[in-house]
Amino acid sequence: MLQGWVIVVTSFAYLGLLFAIAYFADARADRGRPVVASPYVYSLSLAVYATAWTFYGSVGRAAADGVGFLPIYIGPTLMIALWWIVLRKMLRISKRNRITSLADFVASRYGKSALLGGVVTIIAVIGIVPYISLQLKAISSSFTILVQYPEIVMPARIGAAPLLQDTALWVALILALFTIAFGTRHLDAAEHHPGMVAAIAFESLVKLLAFVAVGAFVTWGIYDGFGHVFARAAAVPKLAPLLTPLEGVAGGYAGWVWLTVLSMLAIMFLPRQFQVAVIENVDESHLKKAIWVFPAYMLAINVFVLPIAFGGRLHFPAGDVDADTFVLTLPMVEQQELLALLVFIGGLSAATGMVIVETIALSTMVCNDLLMPVLLRLRRLRLAERPDLTGLLLGIRRGAIVLIVLLGYLYFRLAGEAYALVSIGLISFAAVAQFAPAVLGGIFWRGATRLGALAGLLAGFAVWLYTLLLPALARSSWLPLSFLLDGPFGIELLKPLALFGLTGLDQITHAMIWSMLANVGLYVGVSLASAPSAAERRQASVFVDVFRHEAGGAGFWRGTASARDLQQVLARFIGAAAADAALRDYARSRGIAWPDEALVADAEFVHFVETQLAGAIGASSARIMIASAVKEEALTPDEVGAILDEASQVVVYSHRLEQKSRELELATAELRAANDRLKELDRLKDDFISTVTHELRTPLTSIRAFSEILLADPEVDLAERVKFLGIITRETERLTRLINQVLDMAKISSGRADWQMTRVDVREVVDDALGRMSQVFKERGVALVAELPPRTPPVLADVDRLIQVLLNLLSNALKFSPEGRGRVEVMLRVQPSALRVDVRDNGPGVRRQDLPYVFDKFWQAGDSLIAKPPGTGLGLHISRQIVEHFGGRLWVESEEGAGACFAFTLPLAGERTAAQAAPGFDLAQGRAGG
Amino acid sequence: MKPGRRAARLVALAMLGCLLFNYPVLALFNRPATLLGVPLLYAWIFGAWAVLIVLMARVVERDD
Repeated sequence: MLQGWVIVVTSFAYLGLLFAIAYFADARADRGRPVVASPYVYSLSLAVYATAWTFYGSVGRAAADGVGFLPIYIGPTLMIALWWIVLRKMLRISKRNRITSLADFVASRYGKSALLGGVVTIIAVIGIVPYISLQLKAISSSFTILVQYPEIVMPARIGAAPLLQDTALWVALILALFTIAFGTRHLDAAEHHPGMVAAIAFESLVKLLAFVAVGAFVTWGIYDGFGHVFARAAAVPKLAPLLTPLEGVAGGYAGWVWLTVLSMLAIMFLPRQFQVAVIENVDESHLKKAIWVFPAYMLAINVFVLPIAFGGRLHFPAGDVDADTFVLTLPMVEQQELLALLVFIGGLSAATGMVIVETIALSTMVCNDLLMPVLLRLRRLRLAERPDLTGLLLGIRRGAIVLIVLLGYLYFRLAGEAYALVSIGLISFAAVAQFAPAVLGGIFWRGATRLGALAGLLAGFAVWLYTLLLPALARSSWLPLSFLLDGPFGIELLKPLALFGLTGLDQITHAMIWSMLANVGLYVGVSLASAPSAAERRQASVFVDVFRHEAGGAGFWRGTASARDLQQVLARFIGAAAADAALRDYARSRGIAWPDEALVADAEFVHFVETQLAGAIGASSARIMIASAVKEEALTPDEVGAILDEASQVVVYSHRLEQKSRELELATAELRAANDRLKELDRLKDDFISTVTHELRTPLTSIRAFSEILLADPEVDLAERVKFLGIITRETERLTRLINQVLDMAKISSGRADWQMTRVDVREVVDDALGRMSQVFKERGVALVAELPPRTPPVLADVDRLIQVLLNLLSNALKFSPEGRGRVEVMLRVQPSALRVDVRDNGPGVRRQDLPYVFDKFWQAGDSLIAKPPGTGLGLHISRQIVEHFGGRLWVESEEGAGACFAFTLPLAGERTAAQAAPGFDLAQGRAGG
Repeated sequence: MKPGRRAARLVALAMLGCLLFNYPVLALFNRPATLLGVPLLYAWIFGAWAVLIVLMARVVERDD
């Protein structure tokens, strides 16, 4: 039944079914109900990771060393756990910047560098070619084996066919056509291929179904469950080591670890994985489902690898059947024709899925990041002036697809026969792992620079070329084998498989260690040593802070452009209809009734057009196109200043806010102080009133007491009566004096006093005062000595008040001078800007601790409870207020037991400032001092 | 669940996975014994792998 034509017809029927699914999905997407809106479709499309290499090669590797195939799936599972952090960020960045491929991502991150995009593209194409050749080999081998049914003959025995009869060539060409039909039917600005994604998801189901079917058949059809297979294997001495297999893994534990790491990177950076995971993603939330569905898929497709591998080894003990073909040859040898056909279709779906997505991703890179930037720069081609470039873009992509698939075929003819499937795949893994530092560093490390990324990529790629690709070619005898065995030119240290004498590792681990060392080392080192340009710094911020910036940054562009020019540029690349639709959306979002109203070619519009273009031709090409369509002007220092201003506005606001709050705190403190002062004033007022009433009560009490005696006893003799009346009279006088002084003080304090300010000759006033007091001094036997200059300059003062001060000081001095031997000196001196009057006595002086209080209201020397000196205790206080009103100062100098000297100054007329015209109610309780 | 919390749990699972599928834990199961007829090492790898996936599913699908 399994004649060649049956297989061919079935294959084409299967491909036709795929095409129908893609067509149906595209049509539904156009109607706005895309199939790809399901997270399960997204998860299944990720399973494009499982290629023909998984389908056939896993069993091959398991048959050789047992567990060696598992890191290739466990690594991705571990990486996917980190996707919530890493891939989600890459998704957000790609959506916002309309990234079209991995190369575009890297180029865009490092300042939209066309050079970097080109380098990534070249590395990806060269690195992936072996992987594509692996798929071709798988399809052609499985076809060749299947056609031989019921014989089991390995393709290698048949020998290389002439070119035109080579199945692999026909497979390559058919796949190329199929991919072109899938991926480049029309140009999509967002680089979305909903039809392709739906077909890939379907293929993932087919290959899983086929593999599980053959696995179940081997496990339960041929054998009696898992335990039976392993028990049979354990009985064969040659297979026993595979049951405790860790020692047998290539490279031991180091090989295991590095293979895990390599697979972790591959799941992120294989161009086809980036295509389905990032570019084709339509909804970020699909990631949630994919995080567990995709690992579960990988687990499911691996469960039966071991039974098939052991079953194959048991069935073909001679080793004449290639272990890579066990999946197919086991059903064949058991005469299960339909199952064999299903396996072939499963392998076909695994291989086609990989080739389709990989070549679409690579052709996009070749077109957008390698050819277009070069073509657009070549002025001779005048590309920028052509009315419609969509045809050219599609042509380039189609050409790139054919070229890439044919390169894969070429590699297959050159080197493919020398290697098992797994080894070929790992070479490609190691190549794309070189993108890891530039991409992962780019999204988390702001300081990474274009030069650093370029140096790292080139160095890593060079090491990969030297340690993996050249040896592969050498083994296929396209290079002399001595290159491997003795090193180039016989230099031992440079042997590609033991670079610098590093031995004891398998080839992949060896290559990974050296290439990563070179790549990461140069990436970090050069980034630290070089300074990023403004464009790089901006893109770094757009990428690293993607979750912080919500709006696209359009503010940094300045130039002149016409909206019409920009529209034409857009139409040229994505077609007139698509451009119209895009502009209509844009106009609607800005509230402009386009096309009735004109669009303004401002920074935002240019940014919009650039992102649209980037979706079609990549970031670096879009940059070039925009630069050619608009006259960009360098930012003037003023404009840079304005941009900075805008940014610093926020800082200014925050500063102002801080200042306000500081002022508020200050005001609060002032208010609190004022409140405290008011409370103090209130307390002082109470004190004052109680003191005054106390002072009034003392004379009143004695007046009343003596009056009552006189009233009650008319018999009091005359002498007594005179004495009593004398006391009453004196106390009344004292009362009057007290009341006068209180009134006086209140008047001065409140500023209501009547001041007769005139130019006064102080000498005359002092003379006058001395004259008035001389009699009293004589009566008390106290000498009054005056020392007055002949002439003094005038001062501005009220004569009566000045006399009041002098009399007060004199009577105060008299009061404390000892009777009989007392001596009071009055001295008037002229100072540079003031007159100074001293009144010195030789009494007991003022106690040191009393000095601060001498001028307080109602303060009296001595213990007021025991011996109260005559006087009200207001005189000195009032005197000080008067002197201060004249602009002068009154103070006391004294030492205990050596007399006291009260002195005051009066500013000379004309020198006096007007500031002290009306001192307030003196609460400062001025301190006496010299 | 807060995004930061989910991310932290997933990172912890990734680290747990690195631990489970590496020397020395892996070496403990590299013995000629079987579990339900399956060699111990294979049983361990597939079992731990399945548990890891179930944990990842629980973390991402929890909405509280």
